[in-house]
Amino acid sequence: MVNGMYLTKEEELILAGEYGYALQKAMEILVALGEIYGADRLIPIKSAQIAGVSYKNIGEAGIEFLRDFVNAGAKVSVYTTLNPAGIGDDEFMEKQAEVLNLYREMGIEITATCTPYYGANLPKFGDHIAWSESSAVIFANSVIGARTNREGGPSSLASAIVGKTPNYGLHLDENRKATVIVDIRAKVKTFVDYAALGYHLGRALGNDVPYLKGIKPEKTEFLKEMGAAMAASGSIALYHVEGETPEYRGAIDDKLETITVEDGDIKSVKEQFSDGWDGIDMILIGCPHTSLQEVKEIAGLLRMRGRPLKVPLFITASRAVKALADALGYTETIERYNGRIIADSCFVVSPIKGWYRGIATNSGKSAFYFRSFGFNVRLDDAENLIKEAP
Amino acid sequence: MKLKGRKIVGGNAEGELIVSQKPLSFLGGVDPETGIVTDAESDIRGRSIAGKILAFPRGKGSTVGSYVIYALKKNGKAPKAIIVGEAETIVATGAIISGIPMVDGIDVTKLRSGVRVKVDADRGEVEIPKSGE
Repeated sequence: MVNGMYLTKEEELILAGEYGYALQKAMEILVALGEIYGADRLIPIKSAQIAGVSYKNIGEAGIEFLRDFVNAGAKVSVYTTLNPAGIGDDEFMEKQAEVLNLYREMGIEITATCTPYYGANLPKFGDHIAWSESSAVIFANSVIGARTNREGGPSSLASAIVGKTPNYGLHLDENRKATVIVDIRAKVKTFVDYAALGYHLGRALGNDVPYLKGIKPEKTEFLKEMGAAMAASGSIALYHVEGETPEYRGAIDDKLETITVEDGDIKSVKEQFSDGWDGIDMILIGCPHTSLQEVKEIAGLLRMRGRPLKVPLFITASRAVKALADALGYTETIERYNGRIIADSCFVVSPIKGWYRGIATNSGKSAFYFRSFGFNVRLDDAENLIKEAP
Repeated sequence: MKLKGRKIVGGNAEGELIVSQKPLSFLGGVDPETGIVTDAESDIRGRSIAGKILAFPRGKGSTVGSYVIYALKKNGKAPKAIIVGEAETIVATGAIISGIPMVDGIDVTKLRSGVRVKVDADRGEVEIPKSGE
């Protein structure tokens, strides 16, 4: 193999097939990506987060690939967690279970969440990781200060198996600098304000590294939500918030262009997703998956409402958060008001078209996807949704 | 005429070109059972890539597209080789796991559907007969 990337003796042997087919294929993927994106070498990673879990997304093709890989002895060599699974009819769930089993056989932790950092898989500042799931990627890069490119399913799996990733993109200091300054003059206070801000910036910026000025997010959850929306409506994988996120100091080297965000920008996003309650038949909270604090707040809002919801409420969360909510009594409260906590699953990757017509949600990412699937969408803070819902 | 590009996946192939001048999404864009292009935005929509030398500027869409390329191969509907202007993660990964020779760095605007070409992916070369036909 002709290559410009330095490989160790052992890496060369893996590439030559000395350690079997699965490791060889995984190494071929990493070397090819390294060549394409100009990496100088492979670097060790601390963990992997793998996309390509929902049967709706990977289909028979994905199952076939995973099965062949398992049969070839594929095993992960670093701590690895999974993206959320899908929810569907019996036949779908059977296929979904098969996918999870194949990943289990590779030694992957079967915790399926877009918020691995709320439980099983929390990197530390500066760690190199190979994560997919755009909302987890942007959280890990921006809020934690770990380093990952926006991996896809197959590339994150290849990295998990080899335990390495090509050294390019957001693994390098120079690519973590801001490329645009965002001066936020709009009032951004609530969860949904942050969702709308993220949605607006994703649309406006593409794959920049924005440096945000003028916001003081009260909760980590606000940053989680803003990043998820940014990464869904655009392809941003890293942002900095002045005075808030770990790498904002030194993020601005050169003279950068500044864009401003006014109240009208936030308002216009909210207006796009303001379908009436008559077209809504489910409420969805938990995209990305909720923290325990969010679950507790919702239980409190339901108690304040005082009467059960006519429109069912679904809260999606990691298995870790659901277990805590069960133990602490929040699940029971939520169920009393026609709510349910669903663990390790995601409606965005589920074949639910035809089950529901419209969703009310506090998530900018869900608003983006469900609108593109043709659903009615109402975007508002959980507080308002639970107060106003039929 | 020889066009010089870069090897992404090694191997040799010879066959008829099918050329799209637009980026191609495999997930939802190519039917893994038949090899027929279904991408609504594609300029080769409705045509089959099975057993052809497939050329296009670059991949787009979901990374799950790599698995669609794998399914095409398993179903005997894969292209014999892939030529792209610019390689990216989705198509490169798909070609690797499926063992399909692949070359990048080729100006696909110079290629025409229906022409027979030879791909020497190990050298990163695409050979087009002189007449152009």
